[in-house]
Amino acid sequence: MSRQGTFRSAILDPAQPVPPALLDGQGGPAGRRFSVYRNNVTASLIEALEQTFPVIRKLIGPQAFASVAGAYLRAHPPDSPVLSRYGAGFPDYLGQCEPLAHLGYLPDTARLERALVDSYHAADAAPVDPSIFAQTPPEDLPRLRLRLAPATRLLRSPWPIHGIWRFNTEEGAPQPPHQAQDVLVTRPDFDPLPRPLPTGGAEFLTAIATGLALGEAMDRAAETAPAFDLSPLLGLLLQDNAITDATLDEAP
Amino acid sequence: MLDQTPVNTLPHTPGVGYKPQHYSAIMADPGPVRWLEVHAENYMGDGGRPIAQLRHLAERFPVSVHGVGLSIGGEGRLDPDHLARLRHICDWLQPASFSEHLAWSSHDNAFLNDLLPLPYTDATLTRVCEHIDALQEAIARPMLLENPSSYLAYAESTWEETDFLAEIARRTGCGLLLDVNNVFISATNLGFSPQGYIDAFPLDRVGEIHLAGHDTDADDHGRPLLIDSHGREVDEPVWALLDHTLARSGPRPSLVEWDNDVPDWPTLAAEASRAAAALSKVPA
Repeated sequence: MSRQGTFRSAILDPAQPVPPALLDGQGGPAGRRFSVYRNNVTASLIEALEQTFPVIRKLIGPQAFASVAGAYLRAHPPDSPVLSRYGAGFPDYLGQCEPLAHLGYLPDTARLERALVDSYHAADAAPVDPSIFAQTPPEDLPRLRLRLAPATRLLRSPWPIHGIWRFNTEEGAPQPPHQAQDVLVTRPDFDPLPRPLPTGGAEFLTAIATGLALGEAMDRAAETAPAFDLSPLLGLLLQDNAITDATLDEAP
Repeated sequence: MLDQTPVNTLPHTPGVGYKPQHYSAIMADPGPVRWLEVHAENYMGDGGRPIAQLRHLAERFPVSVHGVGLSIGGEGRLDPDHLARLRHICDWLQPASFSEHLAWSSHDNAFLNDLLPLPYTDATLTRVCEHIDALQEAIARPMLLENPSSYLAYAESTWEETDFLAEIARRTGCGLLLDVNNVFISATNLGFSPQGYIDAFPLDRVGEIHLAGHDTDADDHGRPLLIDSHGREVDEPVWALLDHTLARSGPRPSLVEWDNDVPDWPTLAAEASRAAAALSKVPA
C-alpha cells in the first residue's frame, strides 16, 4: 500500500498500528503523536454530521450519536471536501443500525434534516409574479405549468416527521401527532421552512415537479384525496416564494 | 509556472477569519479589521445565505479565499470537480488572494478533513509543484502556499521545510503564507528553534501571515505536544514570533484565525487590534 494509503487506513481504524517510519523529531517513534490526526479526523467529521443532523443527536443523545456517526464516517468517509453535503447516506445507515431499530422514525427524520440543509444551500431563484393566476382565465388554469424553486424539497413518510422535528427544535411545540406526515420544505428567504402537507398534497407536488400541468396534477391529487382543495396549498407556495415560473401550454 | 509576481492585493493590515455569527457586527463596525478570509469549501453551495453574505462582505472588504480541502500533497491527481469549484469561486468573487496548504487530505476517494503531513522528498516536491501548476492554471492566478503545523516527522524526509517551501515557490511562482502559530507548534513539537525557522524562511515570498491559538497536550514521554486548535487567543510566544518576523519581512497582511469555540466579536476584534499594534511598530 502507498504511504498515504497506509496513513488513511490507520487514521480510520484505531485498531491498526501507527504507520512505520514516523518520528517524534528527536529520532524516536511518533507513538501517540499520530493520534492527533485520528482525533482531528474523527472529531471534525462527527461535528460535521452533528451540524446537519441536530435533531437525530437530540433524539438519541450525544454519546449514541457520536458512536453511530463515528461508525458511519469510518465506513463512509466523505468523498468531497464540501462538508455541507456530507451524510447523504446517513439516514439509510441509521435504518440499518441494529441498536436503533426500535426507533423506526429516525431515518425519515434524518432525511428531513438532510433536506433542510440541501434547501439552505440550493440556488436562488426569483419568485413568479402571483398576479399571473388572477390574470389567467379560469378555463385556462388547468393548462398552467408551474416550476418549483430549486430550494423546494418534498418528503413522504409513514411517521409524523414534521411533528417530531418541530417538537425537538421549537420551544413549547406540541407532541407529534400519531399519523403519517408528508412534508414540504420551502425557502421563503434564506431559512428553509418545513410544513406538513394535507392529504393529496404530495401527489399534487410530485406531479408538478415531474412537469405535469395544473389540471393533471389536480387529477393525481384527487385520486388520493377526492376533496383536495388547491387554493390553500397554492397560497402557501406563493407566500413562500416556492413557484418561480408559470407558463400556459398552447391550447390543444 | 505562472509568469506573475507572487504578491496579492491584500492590504498590509489586520484581517480576521470570517465567521457567519459576526456578520452583523462586522457590517456595523469592523473596528481594526480591514480585510476578511473565508474558507473556500464553506461557499460551494449553489446559493442561499452564505453566498449572499459573502457578496455583501466583498462589496465592503478585500476578501482572501483560503482553501482547506484540495489535497495539494495528495499522491493521486487533484480532484477535477474540486478544481472546478475553486475556479468558480475565484471567477465570481475575484478575491484579493487565494491560498492553500502544504498538506494532503484526500486519498482513494476519501476526504479526511484534516491537513495531513508530507515527507519532504524529491518525489513529493515534484508532485506538489505539478499540483500547484495545475491549480494556478485552473484559477488563473498565483496562489499562496501555507506552511503546516507538524506533530511528527517522516523518516524519509531529505529537505528542510523552509528549503522545501522556497524551492516550490521558485519552481511554480507561487507565494507563501507564513503561519507563525504553525511555526511555533512545529518547533515545539519537533524540537527546533522557531526564530531559526523564520530566519531561514524565504520572507520575500510571503504574501500573508496567519496567527491563531493552540492547545497544549503531551507526547508519550510527557514532552509538550502543541495542538493547532484555532480555539483560543493567540499565545504570547506567537505574538513575539510575529514581531520577530515583521522586523525582518516588513509589514504583511496579518490574519487572526479563530475557528472553534468562536468568541464574540469584541474578543476577536481585540486580537486584530493587537495585530494592528504589531504592524504599526514596523516601518513600511
